[in-house]
Amino acid sequence: MTAAGFERALDLVTRVRGVRGAMLVASDDGLVVAEQLMEGIKGPAVAALAASLGNRLRRAMEAAGIGTSPFWHLQCEHGALLVVPAASGILVVAVAEPDVNVGLVRLELLRAGEVVG
Amino acid sequence: MAEDVKALSAELARDPESLVFLRLGELLRRKGQFAAAQRVALHGLQRHPHLADAHDLYARILADHHDDEHAFDEWDMALRIAPTHIGALKGLAFLYFKIGDVAQAEAHLQAALEVAPDDASIHQAVAVVRGRGTAGAAAPFAGTVAPAAVPAPDAAPEERPVAAEPPLPLPAEPAAAVEAPVPVAGAAAPMDDERVFAGLEGAQEGLLLLDAAGLVLGGGLRDPEGRDVTDAVAAYLAGVSQEATRSAKLLGLGAWTGLSAEGRLGHVHLTPPATDRLLLVVRDRSMPMGRLAVVAQRAAQAARRWLERQG
Repeated sequence: MTAAGFERALDLVTRVRGVRGAMLVASDDGLVVAEQLMEGIKGPAVAALAASLGNRLRRAMEAAGIGTSPFWHLQCEHGALLVVPAASGILVVAVAEPDVNVGLVRLELLRAGEVVG
Repeated sequence: MAEDVKALSAELARDPESLVFLRLGELLRRKGQFAAAQRVALHGLQRHPHLADAHDLYARILADHHDDEHAFDEWDMALRIAPTHIGALKGLAFLYFKIGDVAQAEAHLQAALEVAPDDASIHQAVAVVRGRGTAGAAAPFAGTVAPAAVPAPDAAPEERPVAAEPPLPLPAEPAAAVEAPVPVAGAAAPMDDERVFAGLEGAQEGLLLLDAAGLVLGGGLRDPEGRDVTDAVAAYLAGVSQEATRSAKLLGLGAWTGLSAEGRLGHVHLTPPATDRLLLVVRDRSMPMGRLAVVAQRAAQAARRWLERQG
């Protein structure tokens, strides 16, 4: 995957109205692979926490016998973090406003995940 | 009477969703058929978990058989669903009186009177409570009333063992008053953990309340094959609340309110009902994520009330 490919994947997500930024994160170590974030968002820290949170969630869901998660969504008072794990182990992450169209962001994250592979 | 039971049973068989179970359960209770009454009440509760009358019926059956702790839970649940439910108010008054908490008994009867000021049985019960409400009269009442002398709350007058008997239990002979006070959930003894979510849909199979260390406070979880996976899932979720809090803070998003995840075989929703507490709701994929969030919020309310009661 080239840098242009990563950018194309992120573009799919950030073009959705209400999305403040998007990142590609390595799920095993929580490092940022690529990012398109609005100023002020601490990308590396958020990436590390998103990866850790995703790993805990994945293990809990596997233990519950309901399999891995193709999409998860952290809801907060003033916005949301939305995540799709791609097949390669990269997490496609979006940071969004509270009134964002979650369904649309989910679809674009899934498409971005397919692009990332 | 037998024909009535047959007719009502047939009606319930024809339409299992029917509310006729309330009449059938009450009829069986009056006939003293405890096991059958309990089956009917539980059948009704499974189909109508949010019906206050169903909890009231089950509570009366339990109270008949001196299972006061669970009767308390059921009447308490009925009141949560319908705060002015007279049967539940009278039932709780009955139990409070039974353990000697005259003030609470009277408070519940007064609340019932506000709803039904012309109900003679409530006035009669208030009189009885006030007559017995003297210091030191409380403890000996608990667990000392012979079955025949315990008219269940909301029992019809004709079913009372003695027509002139007051609507609340009489104290036993002093010689019989040797049992310890009956523990009542929410008053003296904590509720069973598994009853945190009593009355909620799927309460025992997909709701889990944890502390920050991943220790289970209530609820339970089974995998699709029916195995108990409560502790394993709880262990993996330890620390999720702190990480969600930190992520939200770093992003300037305020407090986190929920975490939804789709699964291949089911959906999950996590929410913090209180500081350092985590509630997990799991349902199969037939339940849409939005509805799952609503279920989770209802469960969180129940968990908060339970946590408050634990102090």
